Amino acid sequence: MKFIDEYQDNELARGLAYKIAQRSTKTIRLMEFCGGHTHAILRYGIRQLVPKTVEMRSGPGCPVCVTATADLDKAIALAHLPDVIITTFGDMIRVPGSYSSLQQAKAEGADVRIVYSTIDAVEIAKANPGKSVIFIGIGFETTAPTIAASILKALQDKIKNFHVLSLNKLTPPVMKALLDSGELKLDGIIGPGHVSVIIGSHPYEFIPRDYGVACVISGFEPLDILLCIDKLVGQIEKGEPKVEIAYPRGVKPEGNRKAWQLTENVFEIGEANWRGIGIVPHSGLKIREKYERFDADKTFSVSLKPLREPKGCRCGDVIRGAAMPLECKLFRKVCTPERPIGPCMVSSEGACAAYYQYGTLENL
Amino acid sequence: MCLAVPVKIVSIDGDEAEAEIAGVRRRVSIALTPEAKVGDYVLLHTGYAIGVIDEAEAEETLKLLEEIASLSEVH
Repeated sequence: MKFIDEYQDNELARGLAYKIAQRSTKTIRLMEFCGGHTHAILRYGIRQLVPKTVEMRSGPGCPVCVTATADLDKAIALAHLPDVIITTFGDMIRVPGSYSSLQQAKAEGADVRIVYSTIDAVEIAKANPGKSVIFIGIGFETTAPTIAASILKALQDKIKNFHVLSLNKLTPPVMKALLDSGELKLDGIIGPGHVSVIIGSHPYEFIPRDYGVACVISGFEPLDILLCIDKLVGQIEKGEPKVEIAYPRGVKPEGNRKAWQLTENVFEIGEANWRGIGIVPHSGLKIREKYERFDADKTFSVSLKPLREPKGCRCGDVIRGAAMPLECKLFRKVCTPERPIGPCMVSSEGACAAYYQYGTLENL
Repeated sequence: MCLAVPVKIVSIDGDEAEAEIAGVRRRVSIALTPEAKVGDYVLLHTGYAIGVIDEAEAEETLKLLEEIASLSEVH
């Protein structure tokens, strides 16, 4: 497929890996923010291609993984309300909450439907005027504009039974929270490619400026990621960290202004609860008051049983890059894709799922 | 979640377009990329085009990659 196949060329990848190895003298630690990158890195064996001097850690860029158990419990409680249809992206339904999951709720009779797009969720609302249709709005800046567009579409088509539980999260504030914590010393960040299609490269300027950490935005094919690592290594070797775009066919410095304006029209910035990190100020999107009739939080109330986190699960540490999946005692033994204990093993972007699927003894 | 794939726009009808990927056609929303034209490749994310692919930049990146590979000695 055009714009995919040509960025998977084996010969070019070897050339690039050779160049990285030639110029890398310092021992450095990089974090790929995005779960899509984690999967590509494991799938294409990029950890083995880069020199031993380059250590790679996975970050919090998996929306399903970072959804707090408390928010998941709320979604499950909403599913049990009468005359409610829950619509959600696929990965969410298998994530265990404190006592249940959306999948279990469905088995118990709740109407939970997987959708590919918010467009489908609005269509379900249109086709079921006697029911309340709630979309579980997870995702980062990439997805937020599509959720904003669905609210505006429902408004335009006078659909009154469509609601969104807004759990959207923002990436630069959580990067700041991780850097502020000082838990993990980082030299460079592989910036999220498709988040940046929307917000551009400017929101990351604080990373080199305030923390001296390099940040290069990457595409998702193996050559994109190797090119990004090459640029990061080059910056770090020179001691000149900055924000660079290694995915210029997709990302412009200013981003997609139209998409972000639409998002800001519907949402305002508030705090968000991140699994493993906690409440991070200015890192969430809340539905503005003028659209509050679409806000599931304002329309429905549910009572929740006390929170229970899965025992022994180290998803929180994995999300912060503080632990590798293999350091979790449950990994592969108790927690598997068939019987996941934590979300990092459920989501197609979770680090544990990637290590489970593609990991070998050499790269674990 | 942030997965987006390049698809080619084959026709446009207001905010909606027909896009082709690997010979399969489907309706997509171009509400977030009103600048998209027939023949453009867009990044498709959960049913929405979120950005138009810059073909000149794509060429530049490939040229750069080939240059790097030709300079290295492993072949």
